Amino acid sequence: MNDAFAIVAILTVSLVTLAVGAFGLRISRTTSDFYVASRAISPALNASAISGEYLSAASFLGVAGLVLARGADMLWYPVGWTAGYLILLVFVAAPLRRSRAYTLPDFAEFRVESVPARKVASALVVLIGVLYLVPQFQGAGLTLRTLTGAPSWLGAVVVALVVLVNVVSGGMRSITIVQAFQYWLKLVALTFPLAFLLVHWRRDGRTTPGLHATDWIEPMQGHYAMYLTYSLILATFLGTMGLPHVVVRFYTNRDGRAARRTTVAVLGMLSVFYLLPPLYGVLGRVYTSDLIASGKTDSVVLELPGRLLGGSAGELLTALLGAGAFAAFLSTSSGLVVSVGGVIGQDLLGRWFDGVTAFRIAGAVGALVTLGLTLLSSGLAVAHAVELAFAVAASTFCPLLLLGIWWRGLTARGAIAGLVVGGGLSASAVLATMLGASPAGWFGAVLAQPALCTVPIAFATMIGGSLLTKGRLPAHLGQTMVRLHTPEDVELDRGNYHPEGAVGG
Amino acid sequence: MNTEPPRRVRVTSPRTGRPRATSVASEIDAQTAVGEIYMRSLMRVQLRLALTVALVLALTLGMLPVLFELSPPVRRATLFGVPLPWLLLGFVVYPFLFALAWFYVRRAERNEAAFNDLVGPR
Repeated sequence: MNDAFAIVAILTVSLVTLAVGAFGLRISRTTSDFYVASRAISPALNASAISGEYLSAASFLGVAGLVLARGADMLWYPVGWTAGYLILLVFVAAPLRRSRAYTLPDFAEFRVESVPARKVASALVVLIGVLYLVPQFQGAGLTLRTLTGAPSWLGAVVVALVVLVNVVSGGMRSITIVQAFQYWLKLVALTFPLAFLLVHWRRDGRTTPGLHATDWIEPMQGHYAMYLTYSLILATFLGTMGLPHVVVRFYTNRDGRAARRTTVAVLGMLSVFYLLPPLYGVLGRVYTSDLIASGKTDSVVLELPGRLLGGSAGELLTALLGAGAFAAFLSTSSGLVVSVGGVIGQDLLGRWFDGVTAFRIAGAVGALVTLGLTLLSSGLAVAHAVELAFAVAASTFCPLLLLGIWWRGLTARGAIAGLVVGGGLSASAVLATMLGASPAGWFGAVLAQPALCTVPIAFATMIGGSLLTKGRLPAHLGQTMVRLHTPEDVELDRGNYHPEGAVGG
Repeated sequence: MNTEPPRRVRVTSPRTGRPRATSVASEIDAQTAVGEIYMRSLMRVQLRLALTVALVLALTLGMLPVLFELSPPVRRATLFGVPLPWLLLGFVVYPFLFALAWFYVRRAERNEAAFNDLVGPR
């Protein structure tokens, strides 16, 4: 395979990402520029940026791979990743923006007025961020290997380097522009080749027995299908609100109203995008079913143009898909490194360095540690690995946000207990699965999709712990509730909590 | 008789800077029982709206796995040549989610407008 096109495409995406980042460098100077771009971002741009950041390797490559291998039940992945924004919208979007917290630890500290709660939340942000980053780096390795035959570690290193340079030099302002650009790049990169492939399939009229296999085309197949499906639904529907890189974006909305409207726009953009990956999975079932046996289903999106069309048309389209895939890794990784770096910088290094330096060091360390982990870990399907990060978010920050916003009874001790128990249980299951443990029977199903067990336990612990410490309600609870729920244009006493490093209201 | 003017006395109130005690906003600021009622009613109406949307989601989308499991005809049905489960999960669900989101935003903003009218800019 002539891989010149592919190399040019990947280089172009990386360089454009760096160039736009460098352009942003000229306008980002203070700490708050780095963290949240000073909130001078319009809803339309913000929605593109959130979508660009959210659509990761799992969406671009992973969904098609899972659909190719396992069929109808896998359609719940993109559905859940979209529906997660509906749950986020109705329960969390406006109050979270109004809290003026720009990280999840900020929210924890603000709501239950406890520094230990903040520290636990910080540790969980780092954990979720790393769990989410590993499959991105893994996807990059896979893409570069598929396109050029380069060893798997090389792609991971390329992505890590670009993200590092960009985050360390440019900060969030540049990243907002980059992310917005990358949503549209990903959409075009997936739509354009698909049109050619579908036309080809229509002319060809090919069909295979695999396409009509009952255990592929019909939902609810396999052992424990009911449990696995509902666990997946719970993890994705509830996990979205607890992802560190998503929450940071809400701070960049002008007010609670804008946060809601941005969320609706995101939901629309994701809906358009997620129509595409399952079609690649179906095409893969027809033309590249050998990937199932060789265990390389995650590369189906990249393989299809070469197999169907061949020639330079195939190479050009493959290059376009490679560019889109790299856009996916770069945007999600940048967002995650920024938010994880922000948290580490603030909570761990802030004592010794000034804000900007701490942020840069933390971002660099975060990216490098994850790179190390990626090289050590072994391959789970990319989409499944990402979904496991959602399971941890759903078992920790989802109860914190839902109870914190809607229930006055939440106390610091209850919150900490829930975060520790939910995080501990879900993270243990996820790490065991990532390291390759897959015991038979019910226990195996629970390890593979822990959310349906761990989410209720986390809620129960948080509520139970709060009821046991009923006498210790936060001192400024009244003002906190006013701040979370009243529209900004009403002048009210909203307390004076102000996250460190934030500039302006 | 003393011709000197009486010494000036500054008349102050403990509620300096606060608006008239009758406004709803100041009731909320002072966390009086009345203020609490306003806050709780805002929270209740918004929570009820959110739970309504979540319930609709649970009873439609959330019931699909049960429906597929219990009814092989539904699982195997096709519409326009496409298997029904694929059509639902691959396409129909997205406009449905968007419509729910749209409905929610309109209602939530209406609830807030009602609260604004009550408490009002002062």
